Amino acid sequence: MSMIEVKDLNLYYGDFQALIDVNVNIDRRKITALIGPSGCGKSTLLRTLNRMNDLIDGVRITGSVIIDGEDIYREKTDLIRLRKKVGMVFQRPNPFPLSIYDNIAYGSRIHGIRQRGELDRIVETALSRVHLWEDFKDRLDRFALNLSLEQQQRLCIARLIAVTPEVVLMDEPCSALDPVATANIEELMYELKKDYTIVIVTHNMQQAARVSDRTGFMLLGRLIEYGDTGSVFTSPRDKKTEEYITGRYG
Amino acid sequence: MKLSPKWKQRIAFSVLGLASVVVIVPVIVIFSILIEKGLPAINWEFLTAMPRMGMRAGGIFPAIAGTMYLVLGTIVVALPLGVLAAVYLVEYARQNWMTRMIEVAIVNLAGVPSVVYGLFGLGLFVIFLKFGSSILAGSLTLSIMVLPVIITASKEALSSVPQSFREASLALGVSKWQTIRCIVLPNALPGILTGTILGVSRAAGETAPILFTVAAFYLPRLPKSVFDQCMALPYHLYVLSTQVPNVNPKIQYGTALVLVALVFILNFLAIVVRAHIRGKKQW
Ligand SMILES: Nc1ncnc2c1ncn2[C@@H]1O[C@H](COP(=O)(O)OP(=O)(O)OP(=O)(O)O)[C@@H](O)[C@H]1O
Ligand SMILES: [Mg+2]
Repeated sequence: MSMIEVKDLNLYYGDFQALIDVNVNIDRRKITALIGPSGCGKSTLLRTLNRMNDLIDGVRITGSVIIDGEDIYREKTDLIRLRKKVGMVFQRPNPFPLSIYDNIAYGSRIHGIRQRGELDRIVETALSRVHLWEDFKDRLDRFALNLSLEQQQRLCIARLIAVTPEVVLMDEPCSALDPVATANIEELMYELKKDYTIVIVTHNMQQAARVSDRTGFMLLGRLIEYGDTGSVFTSPRDKKTEEYITGRYG
Repeated sequence: MKLSPKWKQRIAFSVLGLASVVVIVPVIVIFSILIEKGLPAINWEFLTAMPRMGMRAGGIFPAIAGTMYLVLGTIVVALPLGVLAAVYLVEYARQNWMTRMIEVAIVNLAGVPSVVYGLFGLGLFVIFLKFGSSILAGSLTLSIMVLPVIITASKEALSSVPQSFREASLALGVSKWQTIRCIVLPNALPGILTGTILGVSRAAGETAPILFTVAAFYLPRLPKSVFDQCMALPYHLYVLSTQVPNVNPKIQYGTALVLVALVFILNFLAIVVRAHIRGKKQW
């Protein structure tokens, strides 16, 4: 069974329809990439998966998003539980203005873990996972906003992993990073896919081709094509996909 | 005769410079007069003793203490109320006619003359709620007066916390209220405190709002509870200057100097807090 099933999803910002009849199945422990030109609705689709769009006034949604057999758009969905399970990494690294330690421990503390020993263990595990532990194990009190952008983005991923999500949504996680940092983060994603279902939005087609197992191409609110990354890139079924991939629109 | 651009510029600069000098002059004059005529009055006894001989001698301690109590009482009432209102308006309220009404009310509240607050406090707290003329009634009256300042400052401070912090927290499965409590408020706190101190320091110098609600003409002891009256610096100054014959002007100037110094210290505190945030803020 797929981890996430999106069925007949339509989303309106006021009168403007940003998603049109989107259907997609996202596989467990795979990396799924969403590509498409600017403004086609990639971020919007991503944000429907943990209901971050609820924060915006005037959003209306029809259809369903089923995660682990549960429709998250039912009335009684527990948003807190949903977002613990489906976490998000943002385009610009956004660590809190706290120490490294407090950034990682933040979610766990709020979810009720108080014991120092257990928090220490969570922090170590999460930082090891993103390869920051060796560099910072003696400097956990460093102010997070003083780290490099790549380190900040790793920290944000660690902060998310610390609350043990199952799905990690990433909205252009490398667009603020240089090529070396980008390559490092891509490698990290590849490691993480053992344990997490990852959905990544990217502008960078090489990136999608490199890291993802499945790719969806969006255009003007529609999911035009969706399939194995290899076949989407080498033998796209839709002419528009082909035009986009060969670089005919921006 | 046609002026060259260089001359025009010189003239413009002079006019601008003059304008700013005009702003500074009263401050300098007030301070120098107060210091020249008031400083001789200030000594340990003046600051810590009860007034004697119908306020013509002794100290002004009860008035200093009274003003401190009122400042504290105002902060205790107005800070939580103002912050909660601001949190509601910034974080929860949607834009609709209700919130627009509230915002209009806040703006108008800021423009109400202080004597009107005094009369309002007299009617509501002193008479209707039967608090009598008391620290409680006075603090509540001053609180209502500074509320618009605190709400406005808090709203600004809350709005300046980046949206990305809120999103990051919510995306970790943290509830909205916890996000506000653990991320938004701590980051907005310096701004909130600056606004609060500035508002309260202005209130500390006001006479009209405390005239009918708390201030005692002559009360050479300290209040025992919030239901007692107390003396207060601005009103004491007014009394000394207009109601008591044959006061040594030294005492009047001394009292004014203490009041101005108190307000000045509070404002300075606000500047320190603000400088501190500037130093730390990095987003
Ligand atoms: N809050 C909003 N209110 C109204 N319209 C919005 C809002 N957010 C996005 N849109 C519109 O919805 C469409 C899809 O936006 P979205 O951000 O999902 O695009 P995107 O594919 O992520 O683009 P980009 O690659 O530039 O990030 C755009 O036309 C955008 O203008
Ligand atoms: Mg986007």
